[in-house]
Amino acid sequence: MSMAGDKAIDEGGVDLEAEFKASNIQEVLDQLERDLIGLKPVKTRIREIAALLLVDRLRRKFELSSATPTLHMSFTGNPGTGKTTVAMRMGEILKRLGYVREGHLVTVTRDDLVGQYIGHTAPKTKEVIKKAMGGVLFIDEAYYLYKPENERDYGQESIEILLQIMENNRDDLVVILAGYRDKMERFFQSNPGMRSRIAHHLDFPDYSAEELLAIAKLMLASQNYRLSTEGEKAFSDYLKLRMKLPHFSNARSVRNALDRARLRQANRLFADPKKKLSKTDLITIEAVDVLASRVFTEGRRDDEDMEFEE
Amino acid sequence: MMTNQGNRLTQGQFSFLPDLSDEQIKAQIKYALKNHWAVNVEYTDDPHPRNTYWEMFGMPMFDLKDPAGILMEVNNCRKTFPNHYIRVTAFDSTRGWETPRMSFIVNRPKKEPGFGLARQEADGRHIRYTVHSYATDKPEGERY
Repeated sequence: MSMAGDKAIDEGGVDLEAEFKASNIQEVLDQLERDLIGLKPVKTRIREIAALLLVDRLRRKFELSSATPTLHMSFTGNPGTGKTTVAMRMGEILKRLGYVREGHLVTVTRDDLVGQYIGHTAPKTKEVIKKAMGGVLFIDEAYYLYKPENERDYGQESIEILLQIMENNRDDLVVILAGYRDKMERFFQSNPGMRSRIAHHLDFPDYSAEELLAIAKLMLASQNYRLSTEGEKAFSDYLKLRMKLPHFSNARSVRNALDRARLRQANRLFADPKKKLSKTDLITIEAVDVLASRVFTEGRRDDEDMEFEE
Repeated sequence: MMTNQGNRLTQGQFSFLPDLSDEQIKAQIKYALKNHWAVNVEYTDDPHPRNTYWEMFGMPMFDLKDPAGILMEVNNCRKTFPNHYIRVTAFDSTRGWETPRMSFIVNRPKKEPGFGLARQEADGRHIRYTVHSYATDKPEGERY
């Protein structure tokens, strides 16, 4: 404990409120609240990290320095629950909070890290890491890095390099792993070193029907569309039916459904050339655009004949 | 002449200053990256004012946002060639420039033997002068 620090404490405490306003954290949290629907555990965790930053600032006023906290994270959840979206935001948020220097995001999968022959993996992984320095490295489907059944697989080498970087360059890089819950669990079991380096394990729960409707409205609004009142009811019914069918990818399925609705809206407007189209006509998606879906008429998914089903 | 104590090679930027610290090197690289220049690490053990073609250590790195990655390369080079001259260059590829814009030495051998003046008598008692590096008296690899 330094003498200078004791003297500062004697002169009175620091103003938490003023520090909070000065750090501009509220703006970050508000924007997060607006742009991402649901995702309560994620937002809570980000708020906690923001609080840590604030206290860190106050401590620095008393000349009490502390080591950079470990910020590596693991995102688990079903497809379409917002893992990549949040990872993109995380880079920006951490930059605003002052934990990373640049805040850019580099998204990679196994192919970008692992080589095809001996000696290929290390330079490949190092190149990716160099590019991601100062920002966030997002490794999607991280469990593919480790393939225990194939002993000639070079994924293990890549994991080793990553582990070293995650430990030694904590100030320079934040690593986020993402993937399905059960596969990630198996991956961490076989790589305890990886698990111990991850500070925050975030699970992305599936969205509820109300949340998906809110997401749909947000997506449409950003493209200057809106649902009519009957359209909203129709879409809500659509969601409830679609969620029961297989291969439901949460927000991604919603986006695809909205694209199809926009297609039907365009065709409906095109089929009626006599009417003069007002701005409202162009931006509104009616119930009929949604109800034409095969989910209602046949109980099957709209994109089913695109896949080969056995 | 004792104007160059320690016989330091004065090639490139900052060569008359004391050695740059890692923080200072990072700041310079940050400047280069901000200007979207390609940063490259080069090494040599053949010092001479006219020797500007050094060996490249890896490819130029131009799509990086942060100097930490490049410093990793520099430290890697220092570990591989601890007794060679290592420099960092920044290449500007915009039209009209297409030239290195920054170049500074980041590592030197522990003892630099310096240069001697070589005089050659040409016809008519004309003297031609050139600079000769004492390090090149020994073969490559055994100089430092």
